[in-house]
Amino acid sequence: MNKKFIDKENIIKFVLALFALSSLLFLFVIFVFILSEGLPLFYKAGVTNIVFGMKWAPTKASFGIFPMIISSFMVTFGALVVGAPLALACATYLSEYAGRKMKIFLKPSLELLAGIPSVVYGFLGVVYIVPIIREHLGGAGFSILSTSLVLGIMILPTITSISFDALMSVPAAYREGSLAMGATKWQTIYRVVLPAARSGILASFILGMGRAVGETMAVIMVAGNALKIPTSLLDPLRTLTSNIALELAYATGDHRRALFSTGVVLLVIIMSLNLVANFWVKARVSK
Amino acid sequence: MRINPRYIDKIMRGSLTAQALFTVGILVLIVVVIFIKGFSHVSMEFIFSNPEDMGRLGGIFPSIAGTIFLGLLSIAFATPLGVGTAIFLTEYTRESFFTRIIRFGVESLAGIPSIIYGLFGFIFFVIKLKMGWSLLSGTLTVAIMVLPTIIRTSEEAIKAVPNNLKMVSFSLGATKWETVTRVILPSAAPGVLTGIMLSIGRAVSETAAVIFTMGSSLRLPTSIMDSGRTMAVHFYILAREGISMEKAYATALVLVCSILVINIVAYYLMNRMIARYS
Repeated sequence: MNKKFIDKENIIKFVLALFALSSLLFLFVIFVFILSEGLPLFYKAGVTNIVFGMKWAPTKASFGIFPMIISSFMVTFGALVVGAPLALACATYLSEYAGRKMKIFLKPSLELLAGIPSVVYGFLGVVYIVPIIREHLGGAGFSILSTSLVLGIMILPTITSISFDALMSVPAAYREGSLAMGATKWQTIYRVVLPAARSGILASFILGMGRAVGETMAVIMVAGNALKIPTSLLDPLRTLTSNIALELAYATGDHRRALFSTGVVLLVIIMSLNLVANFWVKARVSK
Repeated sequence: MRINPRYIDKIMRGSLTAQALFTVGILVLIVVVIFIKGFSHVSMEFIFSNPEDMGRLGGIFPSIAGTIFLGLLSIAFATPLGVGTAIFLTEYTRESFFTRIIRFGVESLAGIPSIIYGLFGFIFFVIKLKMGWSLLSGTLTVAIMVLPTIIRTSEEAIKAVPNNLKMVSFSLGATKWETVTRVILPSAAPGVLTGIMLSIGRAVSETAAVIFTMGSSLRLPTSIMDSGRTMAVHFYILAREGISMEKAYATALVLVCSILVINIVAYYLMNRMIARYS
C-alpha cells in the first residue's frame, strides 16, 4: 500500500463524518435561532405572563398564550380519543385476523393513504364535517369537535402502522402457548398479545399525539381560531401552531418575537413527547 | 352470568373486522370524494395554463412547476448528505458515543413539526441570510426537513446488503470506498430510492414550512431567487380564502394523484428491495 492510497480513504472517511455531523449542526442551528428570537421576550414580559397569560394582544404588549396551550392539549387529546381506538382495532385485525390476501390489500392501502397531504384533510373537514356539526349540534361548526375529528382521522395511518409493527414483533410462541391452553383467539389477543406489545402501542399513541400537536394548516382551516379557552366541545379555538402560522406573515418587532416564543413552548411540548416515546421504545427493547 | 368465550370471540372478530374496514374506508372515501368532485374540472388546459384572477380562472401550471422544482432541488441537497451519513454510520464506524449523538440528532430532526421548520427557515434563510421568499429558502428548509427520512431508509437499505457481497469485494483487493460505490450502493439502490421518493412526497404535500420560506407568488419561478407557490400552498390558499371551490377540488385532485403515484413508486421499490434480500 502506498501512502497516497491510504490518504484517499482517510479523506473519504473524514468527509463522510462531516456529512454525518450535518444533522447535529442543523438541529443546533434550528434551536439557536428559534431560542434567540423567542427567549428574549420571556425575560422582557415574564415567563408567567406569557405561559399563563390569558390575553393575546401582541401589538399592545399582551403576549398570553395560555388559552392556546390548553387548546393544543385539548385537540391533541381529542384526536387520540377519535383515532387511537380505531387505529388499534385496525392494527389488531391486520396482525391477528387478516388473511394473506386481506393483508396484501390493506397494508399498502394504508401506507399509500398515509401520504395524503394534511391540507386535504383540513379542506374536507371544512366542506363536510363543519357544516354537519353546525346544522345538527349548533355553534359555528368550527370547534374542538371538528378539529379532533379531522386530526383523529389524520393520525389513523401513523398509529395503525406503528402498532401493527409492535403487534407483529410479539413472538408467535406466545400466541401458540395461549391457544394450546384452550384460550380463544380473542382471549389470546386481549390477555397475551396486547399486553406483550403494550410499550410499542403506547409509543405509537405518543407519536400520533406528536403529529396532532404539530399539525398546523389543517387545524387553521377547521378550528375557528378564536382567542378564548374553549369551554364546550362546540367552541372554536386557536392552537399554538395555528397562532404562529396565522400571524407570521405580517408580524414585526415584539409581535414576531412573541410568535417565536410560541414556537419555543411548542418545541418544549414536542421534545417532551419524543423523550417519553423514546423511553417507551427503549423499555421495549431492553425487555 | 358467564357468557361463553366463544361468542365473545366471534363478536370481537366481527367488531375488529368492521372497525378495520371502516378505518380504511374513511381514507379511501377521502380519495374518492376528491376524485369525483375534482375530475370534471381537470383538463389539459387546467394543467398547462396560468392562473388568472388569483386562481379563480385558468390553470395551475406555475404551481406544478414550483412543486417539481422544490421537490427535485430539495432532494438534490438532501440526498448526498443523507446517503453520506448513512454510509458513515453503517460502514465507516462502530456504534459509539459519536454515532449515538448523531442518531439522537437525526431522531430529533424527524420529530420537529413542520411549522417550526417554517419559523426557522423564515428567520434564518429569508431574513438573516437575506435570501427573501425564494425557491432557494424553501429548498434548503425542506432539504433539512426530509434529511432524517433519507438517512433512515438508506441506513436500512445498506444494512440489508448481504455481508458476503462485501467480503468478496474486499477479498478481490477493493478498498472500502470502492466496495461502497461499486458493490454496496448499487445493491442498496432500490432502498435508497424509496427514501428519495418518500422525501419528494413530503416536499410535495408540505404547506406550513413552504409558505413562510418560498412565499406564495403566483408567477412561474425562473430563478432560484424567485418566490413561487407549490400545489399544496396554492390549494391551501384557494380553500382557506374561499377563492374557488371548483379550482380547489381540481388542484386537490392533481395533488393527491401526484402523491399517490410517488408513494406507489416508493412502495414498489421497497418491495423490490425486500424481495431481493430476504
